[in-house]
Amino acid sequence: MSWPSAPSTLGGRRDPDPGARRAREEGARGAFIAFLSTLVFVGLALWAILTSEAWPRVQQQFFNPEAFAEVWPAVISGFWLDVRMFLGAEVLILFFALVVAMARSLRGPAFFPIRALSVVFIDLIRGIPIILLILILGFGVPALDLPGVPRSPLFWGIAALVISYSAYTAEVYRAGIDSVPESQRMSARSLGLTQVQTLRYVLIPQAVRNVIPALLNGFVSLQKDVSLVFVLGVREGVREAQIFNARTFNYTGYIVAALLFLAVSIPVARFTDWYTERDRRRRQAMSA
Amino acid sequence: MKLVVESCSKAFDDKAVLDGLNLTVGAHEVVCLVGASGSGKSTLLKAINLLVPIDAGRILLDGRVITSPEVNPNEVRAKMAIVFQSFNLFPHMNVIDNITLAPRKVLGVSARRATERGEQLLARFGLADKRDDYPERLSGGQQQRVAIVRALAMEPELLLLDEVTSALDPVLVGEVLSLLRELKDAGMTMVIATHEMAFARETADRVAFLHAGRVWEESEPQLLFSKPERLETQDFLRRITEAGRL
Repeated sequence: MSWPSAPSTLGGRRDPDPGARRAREEGARGAFIAFLSTLVFVGLALWAILTSEAWPRVQQQFFNPEAFAEVWPAVISGFWLDVRMFLGAEVLILFFALVVAMARSLRGPAFFPIRALSVVFIDLIRGIPIILLILILGFGVPALDLPGVPRSPLFWGIAALVISYSAYTAEVYRAGIDSVPESQRMSARSLGLTQVQTLRYVLIPQAVRNVIPALLNGFVSLQKDVSLVFVLGVREGVREAQIFNARTFNYTGYIVAALLFLAVSIPVARFTDWYTERDRRRRQAMSA
Repeated sequence: MKLVVESCSKAFDDKAVLDGLNLTVGAHEVVCLVGASGSGKSTLLKAINLLVPIDAGRILLDGRVITSPEVNPNEVRAKMAIVFQSFNLFPHMNVIDNITLAPRKVLGVSARRATERGEQLLARFGLADKRDDYPERLSGGQQQRVAIVRALAMEPELLLLDEVTSALDPVLVGEVLSLLRELKDAGMTMVIATHEMAFARETADRVAFLHAGRVWEESEPQLLFSKPERLETQDFLRRITEAGRL
């Protein structure tokens, strides 16, 4: 509802748009109410938990300060390996997935084998649970004892992650390529660019912009999935927490690991939302 | 560059769009294609640029059959250029990059040389100050002029124009048409699909009326517009006149 309002000169300051000022005031009031109700809600919940009969035992098992101090160095150094793994793997994934997506996007009968190969790869890999792939490559390949082939479980664990995520990410890229209007492809081809040049200079730059939120989502997911290589005995964060747990029967190490994973994934998730929203506004402004 | 289209046919899902179409365009000639929507103008231009494979017939460029499978389409496209109704500029590149991409990647021209040449073309058509702008910042008329400059940067011997003013506000049509007149004066061979009858009448060397996937009637513009021979041509021109377009 909008009221016809006279220009306000109260307080000596003229607001160019009284409607916008009211909206701001209502926004501030809304934020205050939200803050207050959250405070009350969280306070009640905490009170309920901390005064419950079971709390001392829960704290002893999961939030034990002494255990925290003892396990922290091992878990943090293991987690540092997780960070290096997901950063390294992400770079490789973004590259390989792009190659697979490009192969799948080539047209014409001459490229049929390449197209078919990429489809088979994507279908096959997406159909296998990632943990199986890690076990098969991580234990299987080193056991072959082939000359010149790396034997480190860490290497093959990361390879399994890269292969698996590349298949999914290739589909993300492909959705992006398909979202670019056909007229862009035609226009590039009419200028004499080859299919690969058209993909590289015209379609992919536009496609990537369209799928950045989806790629970031995949990155958040990868951040946690790298810990799966613990099954190979790789001493990353989760594995260190497990070792501590096996020795002390205390679960604080797992909580520490969980907090560390949250500390990196929440910022990326928030950034993804922020970016998606900004992108949506930009598009609206462009089409207006 | 001489273009010959010999009994070309093309069907989309059993619907014939080109039906044994014949057309000859001589060097430095400007031919306007007129006709109702769906008469095959756009498909013909895309077929000439090898963007749409034809089902039957053949197309010759300077006596060479370009529709045979051994011919590399990119080689053919480097000699001719097509401009579309919807501009199709690359939105993620600024004006000068839009223009220099194909010369650099297809013709292998150095970046410096391509940029110089692009700047010359922009200056020639009054777009010098748009050099670094992104397409979304340009008006429709400016975008279409940039699209034509992008096509010209490939130094084509034949220019195909597919209703290049149809998506523009009426006030912007003039700037694009005057650019085309300038190109005609410079001797560019052009095939222009258009709904701008006044432009076709004054600029074209010949006008071809397309109907049902064929060139139904073609002649000098004065003759075709004042004394159309065939019933369908008369009917088309009458409807155009009633719509106030002639």
